Amino acid sequence: MRILGLDIGSRSVDAVWLEDGRMVKHAVADSGFDPAAVAATFVDLRHHDVLVSTGYGRHTARARFGGRAITEITAYALGASTLFPEAASVLDIGGQDTKVISLGPAGKVADFEMNDKCAAGTGRFLEVMARALGFTLEEMAAEAMNAENGVRVSSMCTVFAESEVISLVHRGEERARIARGLHDSITTRTLSTLRRVGVRGPLVFAGGVARNQAIVKSIGSGFAGDVLVPQEAQIVGAYGAALDALRAG
Amino acid sequence: MSDATTPVDYRPMWEDLNLDLEMHDALLTAIPQLYKSVFARQQNRPEGMQYFDFVMREIHGLRVKELDDFRKAGNKVVGVFCLYVPEEIVRAHGAWCVGLCAGAEFGYDEAERVMPRNTCPLIKSFMGFKLARVCPYVEESDLVIGETTCDGKKKAYELLAEVQDVWVMELPQMKREKDKRFWRDEVRELVSRVQDLTGNTMTVESLSTAVKEVNDKRRALQRIAEARKADPVPISGRDALLAVQVAFYDDVGRFTEMVNKIADELEERVAAGEGVAPRGAKRILVTGTPMAVPNWKVHDIVEKAGGVVVQEELCTGSRYFDTLVPESNGSLDAMIDAVADKYLGINCACFTPNQGRCDDVIRMAKDWNANGIIDYSLQFCDPYQMESTLVERAAQDAGIPHLKIETDYSMEDVGQLSTRVEAFLEML
Ligand code: SF4
Ligand code: SF4
Repeated sequence: MRILGLDIGSRSVDAVWLEDGRMVKHAVADSGFDPAAVAATFVDLRHHDVLVSTGYGRHTARARFGGRAITEITAYALGASTLFPEAASVLDIGGQDTKVISLGPAGKVADFEMNDKCAAGTGRFLEVMARALGFTLEEMAAEAMNAENGVRVSSMCTVFAESEVISLVHRGEERARIARGLHDSITTRTLSTLRRVGVRGPLVFAGGVARNQAIVKSIGSGFAGDVLVPQEAQIVGAYGAALDALRAG
Repeated sequence: MSDATTPVDYRPMWEDLNLDLEMHDALLTAIPQLYKSVFARQQNRPEGMQYFDFVMREIHGLRVKELDDFRKAGNKVVGVFCLYVPEEIVRAHGAWCVGLCAGAEFGYDEAERVMPRNTCPLIKSFMGFKLARVCPYVEESDLVIGETTCDGKKKAYELLAEVQDVWVMELPQMKREKDKRFWRDEVRELVSRVQDLTGNTMTVESLSTAVKEVNDKRRALQRIAEARKADPVPISGRDALLAVQVAFYDDVGRFTEMVNKIADELEERVAAGEGVAPRGAKRILVTGTPMAVPNWKVHDIVEKAGGVVVQEELCTGSRYFDTLVPESNGSLDAMIDAVADKYLGINCACFTPNQGRCDDVIRMAKDWNANGIIDYSLQFCDPYQMESTLVERAAQDAGIPHLKIETDYSMEDVGQLSTRVEAFLEML
């Protein structure tokens, strides 16, 4: 059986193809203005027998391409626990939200929390800040890691933090130190969410922001348990969606 | 029921009530749209729910006309905001009680001129409706009876009193013997206040009749609740919620008759094993702050995601109908005490401690076979938000999954909430 798992997020559309339960291909593309159109190119790319969609565009995808839809929570739990059977929890920092999941047996969700309504500390936040600093995302992460210490950025709201960053730049602060400050504040916030939910390690860190080495490193040193980062952190949701087709039978 | 073929023009009536017709038109366009999006296209909806389609269509029409006629005949109408105000006492004086719903984001600009922005939406909305002059019910109220429940409402009544006749009952914060005595006194003060208002004197007969009528209304709602224990569930949570919401302002006799008809239908369905959702659909108990018309947000999200709400531990739910005033006929004094005691038995988060509510939630979750509990609070509602920690703990101890939702009347967060609710249903 050929299965396609689609994760239609606000920043990227990810696809995973399974054959006989094994991943044979994956792909990631920018969501652009019309994520459903991007998804359509994946749907047409290869033949599939079963389709499961997840992510913010899951209902649109189901209406347009058929198949089933599951939430990112369920998809990430399943994807992460299949990649790392020893995992006890999942952290996903995506384009526009952050999710923390406690895992039960067999990749089931035992409990979860999502930040509501706001892009603070997410991929979108980092993009806006990189632009304000005149860096690419990769440059910003690299600069942050190299900086000795950070300048404190007090606001976590994307709009306020952006103007704070701009005024720091005007004040002549080093861009690398500002970048470090921004990464530190995301880390602090994320760690406090993890503590609040009370998750245990090993923690799988997935989603687009898990590709950011600076954040991976600081969360790794701040979290009490082990932090595991999948090689392809972005496709965990799509992988989980595809796996759900196997579970549903 | 009126003849649908001859639309009545209610505008002169609204104008007489000094409503802001333009704003009011906007509200009357919004409500039916929302109603349709939430209630239309339900599969296998009970026939009897047509009555509620009619009620909602006539929400500012026929019912207001009835109140208008009632008052023009020399009678009085009393508006209330809270469950603790005893409807029986009002009715026993020949007056009618109407619940003043405040479930929409409307008139906020006006409200925010006199109260902080971070006020609970229920309070902001009732003040907004009044100040923007869009609610015919409040305009038809000869007296509004408030109560000292939460701080927000308590202070809001002072502001409301600047533009409306208001009487505030002092509700105790605890339920000790002395509080019970205090509340019985307070109910007696209400008796004299309503007597002044109406010029009528309450008698054993008039109070017995009122108690019986209101009990019958609650019994009819209990029948619906009972039928919802079945799997498949014979009525959607949205429809059951709507029935309780309407109970607050509809004509008592007609409402009771119609709800009993629906209950007959539901009981037949249960016997035949029919329902509105497939057998095995995930069953949710909703608890928390009251949901006034047209606040159907949580139910809509749950049921569109494939779950079913099987019971509400809400003021627009079980707290409204699950206890009755004893119907034994004693002296008038004994009857007033019985009324007072029944009301003090309601478990609202404004009391401390309020263990009874956690017990109710868990008992109901078990009796209605709920797979999960959704604890809903309005933003800035301290009593319920504080108490939600205790509810969560009780749910954990009972081994029942629990999801906490904090929201307001806006539609901004519907996408996020849907994802959380869907994930919760998937997890059950
Ligand atoms: S929640 Fe409490 S204060 Fe609010 S209406 Fe219900 S009983 Fe009254
Ligand atoms: S919802 Fe809470 S804050 Fe609002 S009126 Fe009721 S008790 Fe008060």
